[in-house]
Amino acid sequence: MSSVAEIQEVVRGANRVRVRGGGSKPALSLRNSLDDAQELDLSNLKGVVDYQPDEYTFTARAGTPIAEMAALLAEEGQYLPFDPPLAERGATLGGTVAAGLSGAGRYRYGGIRDFLIGIRFVDGRGQEIRGGGAVVKNAAGFDFPKLFVGSLGRLGVLTELTFKVFPKPPAFATVAAEFDGPSNLLSALNGVTSSDIDLHAVDFAPVEEGWALWVRIGGLPNVLQERAQALQAVVSTGAGQTRRLSLYQDQEEESLWQAARSMGWLAQGMGLVRIPLTPQRIPAMEEALSGSRMATRRYSVGGNLLWLGWPDEPTPEEREADSSRDLHSLLLALNLQGVQLIGRARRSPIEGSGIDTDGGEDPLLGRPLQNAFLRRIAAALDPEGKFEPW
Amino acid sequence: MNVHPLIEALSRLYDADRLLTRPAQLMTYESDALTVFQQRPAAVVIPEDRAEVIETVRLCHEHDVPFVARGSGTSLSGGSLPIAEGIVIALNRLDRILRLDAEERIAVVEPGVINLKVSEAAKPYGLYYAPDPSSQSICTIGGNVAFNSGGAHCLKYGMTSNHVLGMEVVLPDGEVVELGGESLEGVGPDLPGFFVGSEGLFGVALEITLRLLPIPQTYRTVLAAYNSLHAAGDAVTAVVASGLLPGAIEIMDALAIKAAEVGAKAGYPTAPALLIVELEGEESAVEAEFAQLMQLIEETAPIEVRMAQTADERARIWKGRKAAFSAVGRLAPDYIVQDGVVPRSRLGDALAEIDRLSASYGIDVANVFHAGDGNLHPLILFDGREDGALERAEELAGEILELCVELGGSITGEHGVGMEKLAFLPKMYGPLEMQAMEDVRSSVDSKSLANRGKMLPSGEAESLAHVGPHPLEKAGVIFRE
Repeated sequence: MSSVAEIQEVVRGANRVRVRGGGSKPALSLRNSLDDAQELDLSNLKGVVDYQPDEYTFTARAGTPIAEMAALLAEEGQYLPFDPPLAERGATLGGTVAAGLSGAGRYRYGGIRDFLIGIRFVDGRGQEIRGGGAVVKNAAGFDFPKLFVGSLGRLGVLTELTFKVFPKPPAFATVAAEFDGPSNLLSALNGVTSSDIDLHAVDFAPVEEGWALWVRIGGLPNVLQERAQALQAVVSTGAGQTRRLSLYQDQEEESLWQAARSMGWLAQGMGLVRIPLTPQRIPAMEEALSGSRMATRRYSVGGNLLWLGWPDEPTPEEREADSSRDLHSLLLALNLQGVQLIGRARRSPIEGSGIDTDGGEDPLLGRPLQNAFLRRIAAALDPEGKFEPW
Repeated sequence: MNVHPLIEALSRLYDADRLLTRPAQLMTYESDALTVFQQRPAAVVIPEDRAEVIETVRLCHEHDVPFVARGSGTSLSGGSLPIAEGIVIALNRLDRILRLDAEERIAVVEPGVINLKVSEAAKPYGLYYAPDPSSQSICTIGGNVAFNSGGAHCLKYGMTSNHVLGMEVVLPDGEVVELGGESLEGVGPDLPGFFVGSEGLFGVALEITLRLLPIPQTYRTVLAAYNSLHAAGDAVTAVVASGLLPGAIEIMDALAIKAAEVGAKAGYPTAPALLIVELEGEESAVEAEFAQLMQLIEETAPIEVRMAQTADERARIWKGRKAAFSAVGRLAPDYIVQDGVVPRSRLGDALAEIDRLSASYGIDVANVFHAGDGNLHPLILFDGREDGALERAEELAGEILELCVELGGSITGEHGVGMEKLAFLPKMYGPLEMQAMEDVRSSVDSKSLANRGKMLPSGEAESLAHVGPHPLEKAGVIFRE
């Protein structure tokens, strides 16, 4: 598809449609269970419609690759502060909105929901509808841009997006600290996140022997060193016992976060699941994951998000070695929700729960999303059920 | 519409002192901060807990009676104007901060909690609630949620919707749903984001989970006076282009400065235009940025520059700015305030055009605005006792809104459409968009009971004219004094 008219025609004519952008999140866009659906490939619906650096805004077609846009913004010293992930794998603006993905930088100024200010989408009747606007502040009418963040292509087909952007801090620095285990790290985390230091990103993950915490700050270069020292003091004076403290700057620092954005820690063949949570839920999550030798992970956004690497199709030996339940029921037990982005999580029916696990194909894991408000909205935008139901 | 069976049912739920039906009792609720419109509701109920709110909504649905949820009644767009023969649900007694979790940096509050109270409660933990509408000392979080209220610090941290993580709401038929949660991230469509700013059309928020932020280490606030609005606007352009990201950038014109002086004795310099820029953050960072900012400002040829040296001085600068609205009341008996938005780079054009309109109508317009995000606040002064003065003021206001749309902006940045700008939403959005909004509304609220007549024309509304009496007024639904 390279025009909106084509998309409208397909939506009007087909019984069912599913959308695909850059293919970086195949668990969402290449699902077997939707074989009867007509695929709308939006990777050719791309290009910048308007970019106004002075206004801190740009408008681009939904299939525009994040990487291309980021390069354009960088020429003007601007960026999308929420660190959209998976750009190297071909992620598009539209797919990132539909999947509701924000990266580590979300910590400072907000996520993709806070930077998307306008959209155009094709609804279930094949009409192209505009929501929001082109200015950074707008309270007129229903906030369709927010509704479409995380909508997984199930409310309409995004065709055009308007984002707010920010000037990129001229320099960044990252303080890294190593801890014996997650409990030490979590104690230190609280000291860091409740300090009055302006933090751009706070990520942590298990490393070879122990746990590592990465805290990013940004701003004018002439005072960055001084600020990094203050941050180091905060990191090491927390209740958690620090094993090692290091400071990253310049290219080395940038590479750290580049790897985070591209999920560089995710091994080949592993699935990727995104799980929102809060720091207080992390001990329970770690406990639940302790039986799994295969799960890899990175906590982001100050402990508000878990990126979980989960084996796709475990071999019998792996299955043997892995005492944890399947991921869906694991999340259900923790009363959490997750979205599968890459791969396919194992789901076995849960007896007596009344929840249909649908042969393991649904990318939505854990607590069901059932909600009367959402159902009514979907009924209005997609009365004939052209898109996958919620 | 016979409202008596409902009132009968409500009387079994509420004691007489919390179910108001006598004209003298209802008077307080007849209008909100858009005082030109008044309407007497059939009854006002004052619930004390969520169960009573839910039951009231359920009963309204059962009896087909429209309702308006109301906080402190500070809406500038007539958002909480009652509906004739309808019910007002006054939420002021649902004013509990249910939980303040400093570690997770969230506050769970009831809708009647005053905006500023959240920051006050969070202060001992070094936290605050960022959205700061000018009315923050009296307006409620429930109203902020309904209208996605902004404030002076939106440029950097966004509006109310950027700070609401989750909520529990009662839909217009009495069904209760949970939206979002406590995490900064969520799964599925951003339903809290969609609910915020829906102007009460999707129901009533019962509990709201707010994100709190660490209080900045320090603030540096500078006040610069200029010879013209244009010069102040140029300074904004320079600041924005520099890559600095101030917490707030505000401009006031001569008339607004005068009002602030009269109202708050802010001690502002007398000048055609005043620029306020505020930086916030860590001491060392702010110091470095401030040096850069001052250099930029010096290059824009201000006639006077003052820096707030103490917290007191900073408070005084903001007091004057925040008091400008109410203080304008001292310059003229009545005023209308608009809050249209234009692209930042078109601010100069917009102000020149407002100036021209003001002259051609012979009506004074004071300008106070959030320059950083192009959010205008023209205060149109008039004397309601003069024949036709209100109509002419509204006509001028309408031209300003159309100007904002023409320049690629929005008819409202933070006050909402309410009842006041009903006729203008269709100028900003086409018929398809209006229909989509109406479809969603009627799917969520099949009887159009929740805040009927706000934002979207209600089913029975005639075609909307934007000059002269409001259509609801013509229909005898609302009245002016």
